[in-house]
Amino acid sequence: MNYLLQQLVNGIALGAIYGLIAIGYTMVYGIIGMINFAHGEIYMIGAFISLIAFMALGLAGISYVPLALLMVLLIAMVFTAAYGWAVERIAYRPLRGSFRLAPLISAIGMSIFLQNYVQLLQGARVKTLQPVVQGGIALTTGAFGVEVSYLQLFIVALTVVLMAVFTYVIAATPLGRAQRAVQQDAIMAALLGVDVDRTISLTFLLGASLAAVAGMMVLLYYGVIDFFIGFSAGIKAFTAAVLGGIGSLPGAMLGGLLIGLIEALWSGYASVEYKDVMVFLVLVLVLVLRPSGLFGRPEVEKV
Amino acid sequence: MSAGTQAQPASLADHAAPPSLALGVLVKEAFLTAVVALVLAIPLVGFRIVESNGTSGLTTRFWWVAVGVGAVFVGRLALGLWRRGLPARATGRASWLAPLVRYGPRHARIIAPIGIAAALALPLLPIATRSVVELGIGVLTYIMLGWGLNVVVGLAGLLDLGYVAFYAVGAYSFAILAHDFGLTFWECLPLSGLLAAAAGVLLGFPVLRLRGDYLAIVTLGFGEIIHILLLNWTSLTQGPNGIGDIPHPGLFGLVFERRAPPGFTTFHDFLGIDFNPLHRAIFLYYVALLLALIVNLFTLRLRRLPIGRAWEALREDEIACRALGINPTNVKLSAFGIGAMLGGFAGAFFATRLGFISPESFTFTESATILAIVVLGGMGSQTGVVLAAVLLVLLPELRFFAEFRMLFFGAAMVIIMVWRPQGLLAHREPSLRLHPGRRQP
Repeated sequence: MNYLLQQLVNGIALGAIYGLIAIGYTMVYGIIGMINFAHGEIYMIGAFISLIAFMALGLAGISYVPLALLMVLLIAMVFTAAYGWAVERIAYRPLRGSFRLAPLISAIGMSIFLQNYVQLLQGARVKTLQPVVQGGIALTTGAFGVEVSYLQLFIVALTVVLMAVFTYVIAATPLGRAQRAVQQDAIMAALLGVDVDRTISLTFLLGASLAAVAGMMVLLYYGVIDFFIGFSAGIKAFTAAVLGGIGSLPGAMLGGLLIGLIEALWSGYASVEYKDVMVFLVLVLVLVLRPSGLFGRPEVEKV
Repeated sequence: MSAGTQAQPASLADHAAPPSLALGVLVKEAFLTAVVALVLAIPLVGFRIVESNGTSGLTTRFWWVAVGVGAVFVGRLALGLWRRGLPARATGRASWLAPLVRYGPRHARIIAPIGIAAALALPLLPIATRSVVELGIGVLTYIMLGWGLNVVVGLAGLLDLGYVAFYAVGAYSFAILAHDFGLTFWECLPLSGLLAAAAGVLLGFPVLRLRGDYLAIVTLGFGEIIHILLLNWTSLTQGPNGIGDIPHPGLFGLVFERRAPPGFTTFHDFLGIDFNPLHRAIFLYYVALLLALIVNLFTLRLRRLPIGRAWEALREDEIACRALGINPTNVKLSAFGIGAMLGGFAGAFFATRLGFISPESFTFTESATILAIVVLGGMGSQTGVVLAAVLLVLLPELRFFAEFRMLFFGAAMVIIMVWRPQGLLAHREPSLRLHPGRRQP
């Protein structure tokens, strides 16, 4: 029982991270109808920028942990968002109206490019960070006591706050209105005075900054990153987005949570080696049984 | 290119705005680009994480940033000036490639026999050392893979990001069949192809009913899953150690070894010449060439069949196809299965050539390389694939280039899509004309 509880706690923290990445996929898919393969790489870049920021702050002598966390968060979000914006501007915007495969190939090319860009610049070996947030709250005591670490609390709390802010942005600001309009019908939105290009750019900025937060969380959580982490995290987060119903924001968050739980429980009870296989099977099963996901609307193709 | 182009509204499609003429505007644009480059470069280029003795630290290299940002400024300005020099309609078109494009496809009838003759003659030339022949085999393997993937991506318009999975299925099928059941290469080759095709159909069946994008991500995941299975399913694949002692192919019962296994004759004894490992390399080279030519002939013939026409029609417009009574799922499935089969053949050849396979050979990098070959060559163009395969296999032989290989491939895929989506050798000849003989515009 305690073991199950502990796995659930771990799964929720992991799920929060996947959910944040999944939002980037689902938003981009909703607005321009393509899978942004480079999104996993944006998350990886977010993790690297966070690590560099942590080290730079350490050298600058900032040792008050909450301040350091906040500063790293802001630095990572800003710089990673710039990467997200640049990817859209360079690789996707010139391809609007091109043939169907063009943006997908461009995206996978961008993903390969960014992976190797980071590898060449920062080296292929894994990078480590000393634990920044330590300690936790013991829920039950004993030899196999369940513990919620402060870090897990921080991850979940930050995710909830970001989700709240995000939901507000989508629901009640001009940007959110423009975004929903473009998502429904880009041509009509453009005719009614919505700057479509600008809205799409902002979508990439938002998605990338959430991916940066996920990158920072994973850096704090595991303490180890390398240039290749974006690949499997990207597939898992995409699975989360599909599971929740692509195009739906609460769906992405819920999907992320479910994928995190599946992964934690599978690793805890079955085998660690095959946890990625499990997530992949979930993706295929969802696509077979319910392609529109939990919250998605079935796709209707119009001629 | 496709019918979808016209359907886009003007506001979305006019990204290729007329080039601005004023120098001041160009300088301002270049300056803004440089500012963005600066923001991008500061964290990842300006700082480097270094590890020494278990502790990590930061070093700075801001002069790299300065050089990079300067280069971006100059490059953007030069691009702007170059575009200004071009007539408005010609932007985005590569004029220096024009002769290649004009004469390439139209003279394919002449180029193809010359290429085949050159490929046949290569091992007999005095320059054919062991390493040259091995390089030739490598190029031919990638050509085979490129042509196989071309069926899926180029003809049927399905994006397969895990082609290496079928390559791996073919290679491991052959290795296991040969190792555990003692079958020879020529017996295993069709079986490997069939098993790979079965894997393709099994994977494609649930996914091909959905939008094309899903196929891309599922194949991406599948490539990774196969890699994980190869690593962890040790009872079948021997895990990271790989499978060794895979027999090389023989020529009508003659083997290319120093000493013949019992019951066999070696090639050099049969001819009464000295043993030379080059003989085996040359023989493998011809096997690869033969397989590649069969693959090429096969796809070229398929293209003329109703099924091949259906692939291309489906690539252009799925809804129209459905209205004409084509079952999209079955047609896609056939393309996916045939592509997988061709990948399986190439995998079997790869296994027999090296005599040893391990999961290391079947990573995402490999899928990306094959896809880059198809994309660079021009999706659907057989000659383009050859050109791209030669380019992409030979370039990493330069020492300077090897390190930046994947960086270049990724960037090239983006640039090709933005600048010449039809590939280096543009070739989208309709395979059927309403009025034969008349060249349609």
